[in-house]
Amino acid sequence: MQLLITIFLDGLTYASYLFIVSVGLTIVFGVLKILNVAHGAFYAWGAYAAAYAITYAADMEYADWIGFVCIFLAAAAVGVVLGMIIERVILRHMYAQDEVLIALATFGIFLILEDVILLVFGVNPYFAYQPMALLGRIPVGGISRDVYSFTLMALACIVAFGCWWGLTKTKWGKLISVVIYDREISQAMGINVSMVYLIVFVIGAGLGALGGAYVAPTLSVAPGFGIDVIVLSFAVVVIGGMGSIPGALIGALMVGILRAVAVHKMPELELFVVFAVMAGVLIIRPEGLFAPAKARTI
Amino acid sequence: MNAAPALKVIDLCKSFSGITAANNINVEAADGDIIGIIGANGAGKTVFVNMITGYLKPTSGKIEYHGKDITGIEPRDATHVGVCRSFQVSQVFMTMTVRENLLIALAIAKDEGKAMLSSPRSPDLVAEADRMMQAYKIHDHADAVASTLSQGVRKLLDIAMAVVANPKVLLLDEPTSGVSVGEKFAIMDIVIAALKEKGVTVLFVEHDMEIVERYVDRVLAFYQGEIICDAPPAEALQDPAVIEYVIGHDHAPNRIPSAETANAAVIGTESNA
Amino acid sequence: MLQILRSDKTVRWTLFGFFVLAVTGNFMPTWVQNNLMFGMARGLAVLGLMVLWRTGLISFGHALYFGIGAYAVALADKHFGISDIFLRLFLAMGTAGFVGLCLGFILRKYRSIFFAMLSLAFSMVLYGVLVKVEALGSTDGFSVSATSILGWVPESKYTLFCAIIVASAVSACMVQYYLKTGLGALTTAIRDNELRVEYLGYSVAQAIHFKYVISAALAGASGAMMAMALGQVDPDSMVNWTVSGELVFITVMAGPGSVIAPFIGGVVFEFLRTYAFELAPHAWQLIVGGTLLAIIFFLPMGLWSLLERIWVRKGSSS
Repeated sequence: MQLLITIFLDGLTYASYLFIVSVGLTIVFGVLKILNVAHGAFYAWGAYAAAYAITYAADMEYADWIGFVCIFLAAAAVGVVLGMIIERVILRHMYAQDEVLIALATFGIFLILEDVILLVFGVNPYFAYQPMALLGRIPVGGISRDVYSFTLMALACIVAFGCWWGLTKTKWGKLISVVIYDREISQAMGINVSMVYLIVFVIGAGLGALGGAYVAPTLSVAPGFGIDVIVLSFAVVVIGGMGSIPGALIGALMVGILRAVAVHKMPELELFVVFAVMAGVLIIRPEGLFAPAKARTI
Repeated sequence: MNAAPALKVIDLCKSFSGITAANNINVEAADGDIIGIIGANGAGKTVFVNMITGYLKPTSGKIEYHGKDITGIEPRDATHVGVCRSFQVSQVFMTMTVRENLLIALAIAKDEGKAMLSSPRSPDLVAEADRMMQAYKIHDHADAVASTLSQGVRKLLDIAMAVVANPKVLLLDEPTSGVSVGEKFAIMDIVIAALKEKGVTVLFVEHDMEIVERYVDRVLAFYQGEIICDAPPAEALQDPAVIEYVIGHDHAPNRIPSAETANAAVIGTESNA
Repeated sequence: MLQILRSDKTVRWTLFGFFVLAVTGNFMPTWVQNNLMFGMARGLAVLGLMVLWRTGLISFGHALYFGIGAYAVALADKHFGISDIFLRLFLAMGTAGFVGLCLGFILRKYRSIFFAMLSLAFSMVLYGVLVKVEALGSTDGFSVSATSILGWVPESKYTLFCAIIVASAVSACMVQYYLKTGLGALTTAIRDNELRVEYLGYSVAQAIHFKYVISAALAGASGAMMAMALGQVDPDSMVNWTVSGELVFITVMAGPGSVIAPFIGGVVFEFLRTYAFELAPHAWQLIVGGTLLAIIFFLPMGLWSLLERIWVRKGSSS
């Protein structure tokens, strides 16, 4: 029974952080039709920025809860600054190109950003444990768990709700839905598609950074941080449906729980099972579990 | 004549989730027939062509080619059997020259693909390509890249490529659409002459009644997925149903035809706009 | 076949160039030899990717076959003591080609981003297995013993160096021949207009499948050569998605213009890496990323197109 609870909670924790990271990727794909490999770099940058800020705040003897402020500030800063630079300087010139070529370009951007991290933050790992330590632990079903992981789950719920509310209830959300449907018609109707693209990209970047920032206190932030996350978020997005937010939620849950089960029951299958499901979904239903089934023209 | 007709279509039906695009189509075409297919947009002409050449699978009915059942086969098998088509929007290899386009087509068609193991530039293929370019009068453009060609020349290339496999039945989808008025008759003259020489059965979709009158032995008029008239042009173009649903009362000049849709549009008379 | 090859300029230059390389290689410092070895070994995989690219497909998962080739050599060495170069290559290419054949049935129906993602997924499945399974070396991998040729164990790496050159030359010529046949012309035809190819009577899926298997076998050979040259295999340098990314980078950097381009690209990549590590060890990825962007924006047909331009200018001025 304890094992089940552990698996369940581990799975939810993992799913939560995967969702926050992946929802940004899926939004960018849905609106801009770009598979952004550099998304992993946003994640890494968010983590580094948050870790740096938290460590700095700790050195400056600020109260520990300031660490939380650092996290959100870091995520926002990364999203806005990096997001704007990349979209305006590079991506904006590429929208007419083949989507695989754009993905390749984002791979190039990823590589650049990974090294800039080393130049800016150095090669030594950061361990910004303060926010996690602050919240302490809590017994659940006989096991002691970090309170922090529950706040991560809460954050995931807030992000999910925020996306839903933003897309369906606000004016900007409706504009984005139209642009997703057809870029040219939207432009013809007078919508500033260029601005929509920029905003969506910045939000996507910010969410990716938030995922990294919020996870930073739980582990050692070191070079190469983003490499594994990229393919995992690809898996989530593919499984759920590229461009679908509920899909990202379900995909994250599936990957999270599958991985938790594997880790506890059959550790050798941990990575295998995630990518096998990704391949399986691509084979059986390429648009993902939640995109509407379209007649394939191939 | 005991020989099976070149093309026989029996009770052919096609529906797309509730919309009927073809309703009990029955057609017979003998060797060497030249048949014009007319009808307003959305009447089912392209769906008909797509079904015969395998791009769409019929919901029910049969298609026979010289007595052989070819219902529901793949486009490439239709080509192998001898049923080929050209496209409303020319489908050629844009980055290759006219000659290269034909060489590839010939390499694929010859010996059922065995020629693919050697160079497409072998002397007999090159000679054959030259011959075809002469027949279709596109020889002047032999070394021009396809993307630089005018619509008319590209159409001719498209049709030439369709003929490479020596089909006995050829379907042309709006061979003169998008082509300047001056070139229309020139193209049809060239194409029909080349095909008549080989005794090919030709069915072509056309909106321009002048062209239909000039070149065809028979007219098939479509309306809402059904054939409302199957007769020689003199008779067909006077048929009241055809006038009502296809031509229009004032014989208005031809508008630029738009692409067919799978949904049967609300059909009215062709307006005089 | 010989007729086509004898008259082909590329083939003549290839054979000549590789021959010169083989001879001069004997007098080069070891580090130069090594870079050339690694560069050309990788070039084999890039050659296969180039064929796919000409067909309009980019695979983000060729590290799968690269890794299969490398691990086939390593495992055959560890469990069966196989050290003969011909056996190793045969095993590597055979296994990689076979897997390519099987997966090809699925992949041949996909295009564009889905093709890329599915190939990525397959490669990460292998990565996931290799990284976690102890018996397969896990993250440390394991070493590969020295290569022998029909029983004789050479003392220096020079023999392996020549072997790689020969393999590269042979593959380049064979692919060149392939590209000159009708089947090779299909690459551009399919990329231009699949529908038309189908209507002309050729199965696009079959054509793509065939090219995919060729590229898988070439990548397998590439991985095998790499394993032999390095003397060691591990998942992160041979199967991870970053390896696929590197291969695609070299493909784009080299350009699709010639069968020699992949090898030039591979060698340039190795030298770039060596120099970058010396100058700025923490800026290697930046250089690669920046170069990739620069190529995509300013030289989309790759380095080869630059070389061609210089050639033409020289030719027209003389």
